[in-house]
Amino acid sequence: MLEVESLVTDYGPVRAVDGVSLRVGEGEVTAVLGANGAGKTSLLRTISGLERASSGRVVLAGEDITHTAVEDIVRRGLAHVPEGRGVIGELTVEENLRLGGLWRRGESAPLEDMYDLFPALRERRSKPAATLSGGERQMLSLGRALMGRPRALLLDEPSLGLAPRITAQIMALVRQLCDERGLAVLLVEQNARSALSIADTGIVLDLGRVVAAEDPERLADDADLRHAYLGF
Amino acid sequence: MTQFINLTLNGISTGAIYAVVALALVLIWRATRIVNFAQGAMLMFTTFLAAIVIEAGNPYWLGLLVALASGLVLGAVLERVLIRRVESAPPLNAVIVTLGLLVLLEAAAGMIWGNTPRSFPAAFSIQGFEVGGTRLLFSPNDLFIVLVVFGVAGGLALLFRMTTLGLQLRAAAFAPEVARLQGVRVGRMFTIGWALAALVGSLAGVLVAPSVFVGPNQFDSILIYAFVAAVLGGLDSPLGAIVGGVILGLVLSYVSGYEGSALAPLAALAVLVATLMIRPGGLFSPARERRV
Repeated sequence: MLEVESLVTDYGPVRAVDGVSLRVGEGEVTAVLGANGAGKTSLLRTISGLERASSGRVVLAGEDITHTAVEDIVRRGLAHVPEGRGVIGELTVEENLRLGGLWRRGESAPLEDMYDLFPALRERRSKPAATLSGGERQMLSLGRALMGRPRALLLDEPSLGLAPRITAQIMALVRQLCDERGLAVLLVEQNARSALSIADTGIVLDLGRVVAAEDPERLADDADLRHAYLGF
Repeated sequence: MTQFINLTLNGISTGAIYAVVALALVLIWRATRIVNFAQGAMLMFTTFLAAIVIEAGNPYWLGLLVALASGLVLGAVLERVLIRRVESAPPLNAVIVTLGLLVLLEAAAGMIWGNTPRSFPAAFSIQGFEVGGTRLLFSPNDLFIVLVVFGVAGGLALLFRMTTLGLQLRAAAFAPEVARLQGVRVGRMFTIGWALAALVGSLAGVLVAPSVFVGPNQFDSILIYAFVAAVLGGLDSPLGAIVGGVILGLVLSYVSGYEGSALAPLAALAVLVATLMIRPGGLFSPARERRV
């Protein structure tokens, strides 16, 4: 579904992503792990078109989207939930959700489906998103991304600043979405333990390069890797 | 008492003009975080076009239509050609560009149409209504101005709140990157925002022209008062622009009526300073985010 081949991203003289390759299949979760500054967020931003790739390719469902505009990448079925949750605080919960499906022109997911998936949002539908708690904002970001019925989902640090219980709920939901809807999810996380608990594949980045790509159990069992890069 | 009523009505009428120009400033500020110092010059240019059409013997309403259409086009073209290049640059770049545009448009108007102010017809009679044998300083044309301004404000409120275009315009203004990630064509929204603002500004130009005449520099003071009104109401709030405009119009009308018109600019400065000291975000500044 989503393939990244030898992707390179430079910020001036600084190479943030250095030849990363990965593949996420339909219904799979690939976790991208690593410390701060490892290039995780830059990788997602380059895939979704927010940053320009210096070289390499991004292919979505067989179509090269490397130099496609962000708005057109969204229209091809890639949704990106940015770090910090990215809800628009000045808009209401319902407006945020509607925004996610506007480009579908009437073929977006029904709002009621999102309220069924995230009941906490239903009772706050007319409140400004700025008044939501961290967990609710994360639900709103996810719900908004799902409104466009994406084929692939980029999730950047969904557990950031959330209580462990909420993090577990979010992770379980991501896994459920993959299993039920066949979503391909590329999950960037610093919370390695949570991410590996739902992932099919784990990738560890350091200074923009892939230093390990294994199945989650092997990554978790590798004491050196855990100690050096994963922090648990 | 009659004087107070007259000053109040006059304040509402002139305040409506400040309000609509302030609204144009707010629309651009919300869309692109740029204070458009060229707003007065833009509306001057389109009002000149309306004046030319009317002077050629065409009806007032055709002149108004030409002003609105040219404003729409001027705003869109300026955004695409000029402003797009400074939207993501340091704020000072946009300030210099809009100031340069102000000078350019005023100089061009002077060269094309001359610097002598020319009269401009009103849509309706400018003779005040007569109530109980007393003629008020509030004419059918003033009533028309007030109704049009509040109608436009209501229309824009509906556009922003009730339509998908309005939702996209707001999303692009508040969080451009997040909006792009939802498939919103943010560049297009910025162009529409500038076009809408220029349209609203052009309307203000035609409405106020009978009072101030049409000349290259005739609208400079309107822009300054509109800026004060926008700051008073809150640069992020269209409702604030309307309320701020009316409040400023009333303040200036009372000061002019009771203390002399020479003090009006000083009163506007006092309002600006007081706003910045007491409530820098303006009366209708949005609530700060609550950390949970």
